[in-house]
Amino acid sequence: MDPAILFLILTTAVKIVVFTFVFTLPIIAYSTYAERRVSSIIQDRVGPNRVGIPLTLFGAKKDIPFAGLLQPLADGLKAFLKEDLVPAHVRKFFFWIAPALTAAPAFLCICIIPFGSSITVFDQPVKLVIADIDAGPLFVFAIASLSVYGITFAGWASNNKYSFLGGVRSCAQMISYEISLGLSLIPVLMVFGQLNLSDIVHSQADNGWTLLPLWNEHGSVFDAAYWQNCKEQWLLMIPLTISFIIFTTSIFAETNRMPFDLPECETELVGGYHTEYSSMKFALFFLGEYAAMIVGSAIIVTLFFGGWSLGFGLDTAISNMALGGLLHILIFLTKVIAFVIFFIWVRWTVPRFRYDQLMKLGWVVFFELALVNIFITAGIIMLLN
Amino acid sequence: MAIIKIKRPQLTIAEKLYLPAVIKGLSITLGHAIRAVLGKTPGAKRNFNSSGMGITMQYPETKWDDQLPDYYRGVPALVTDEKGRERCVSCQLCEFICPPKAIAIIPTEIESDDPWAKVEKRPQEFDIDMTRCIYCGMCEEVCPEQAIYLRQDYAMTGLSRAEMVNDKERLYEIGGVREGLVNKWNDIK
Ligand code: SF4
Ligand code: SF4
Repeated sequence: MDPAILFLILTTAVKIVVFTFVFTLPIIAYSTYAERRVSSIIQDRVGPNRVGIPLTLFGAKKDIPFAGLLQPLADGLKAFLKEDLVPAHVRKFFFWIAPALTAAPAFLCICIIPFGSSITVFDQPVKLVIADIDAGPLFVFAIASLSVYGITFAGWASNNKYSFLGGVRSCAQMISYEISLGLSLIPVLMVFGQLNLSDIVHSQADNGWTLLPLWNEHGSVFDAAYWQNCKEQWLLMIPLTISFIIFTTSIFAETNRMPFDLPECETELVGGYHTEYSSMKFALFFLGEYAAMIVGSAIIVTLFFGGWSLGFGLDTAISNMALGGLLHILIFLTKVIAFVIFFIWVRWTVPRFRYDQLMKLGWVVFFELALVNIFITAGIIMLLN
Repeated sequence: MAIIKIKRPQLTIAEKLYLPAVIKGLSITLGHAIRAVLGKTPGAKRNFNSSGMGITMQYPETKWDDQLPDYYRGVPALVTDEKGRERCVSCQLCEFICPPKAIAIIPTEIESDDPWAKVEKRPQEFDIDMTRCIYCGMCEEVCPEQAIYLRQDYAMTGLSRAEMVNDKERLYEIGGVREGLVNKWNDIK
């Protein structure tokens, strides 16, 4: 076989394994832990702080608690060992396929996220993104919206009125917010003029983050040359901030997070679409939800907060370092984790919307705002040229 | 009935935008989270032996035994009086009133050569099933002899159902001696 193709296949396989199983899955596991700890701090509680190494099982006097850091492991083990109950009244095929259909799209989206700049392996540069395609955001929209099938199937196949209501709500909600999600992104793509996420991040590294243009090719805020050339960046900030607000809110709605978690809605719908699910099937829904949240934060970070770039013109220096690409990965993951904590923080602050408010917000406010925003951006770009 | 028209509040633009309210809410929760981490929330003032993270007490390490009020309803137990007499006369009122039927009594007669023979009855067996008891205190309330009391013990554990049944011996052990009660069976001096 052609060595170049072999090299491509091998590096891609390594990237898939590392990005999914070494980065994303642990972050998912620990974001459940973070969710519980952060919520307990906000609500004056303690949260899981016990699960550690159970030395008492082996005859020692004391366990090592580790501040509960092993809780996700225990949770996962529990999910595996629990009885997998399939009620008699469900549609078996759809009941089985639904959890996988919810989790898989979220994981698929990982493949277009640029985790870092690039590293050199055997004298060849390897971009730290699994699939460097020229349709990044479009791919995300196409794949991420598939997860609505999983939820709808789950709600319908459960043959249970609460689950069904949860599935229907989720379907309506996801379709409504998909529109503002896509429309709100158009101004960003207009500014960058392309759809390749790696290149978008590169241009942010050179010209300032979309929402924090504190530097450009003329220098950073500390240089006089920057202040003479930064006007258009700051002018474009206005529509881009609107884009950011709409996009982030829509991501909240897409991932079924509070304040838009109407499909689950414990207080009204028992558990929503996953009421009838148990053990690993339920855990897959859970995984899917958190994976979607992490992919969502990764996309927000990539588009609005400079992805893996550190900014202030330091990125070329980092790229030239021996393991600079890995440093970029660290920067990226730090930003993503910060955003995940923001997601959690919002969940424990804002109460759930009413269903009509949710629909009104999606169709009457965000849809129009996103449309107008496109024209504002176009006007500004025209003015600047 | 006259129709009462509710006047909806007039919201300002800032309120209608909703975003300022979200930011205000986020700052409130963040402020509270910071205060919680620093141990400065009202609950963390270390009353009720709290652990410093809110009012929550880290149970096996910290307990609030010294904070239990007198009226705390813990494990029900039988008591003896100053003279060592078991106060229960086996009237079985508690057995009848107990809502979850946790109490099972087998009465017996007191032998005629016993100094307290005039009391006539005492329990031969007195079991309280702690897997059933709901700590309601009905038994204490109904007892005509002030013989059964809910004590301050609360940590009842056992590895089997049988272990969770307190028999007579155990009940007297938990209950102990209680002084200053009405002693209607004493001789009139
Ligand atoms: S406390 Fe209530 S439930 Fe428990 S033994 Fe007494 S009467 Fe029965
Ligand atoms: S404990 Fe009181 S109520 Fe119960 S049998 Fe004895 S005397 Fe009667």
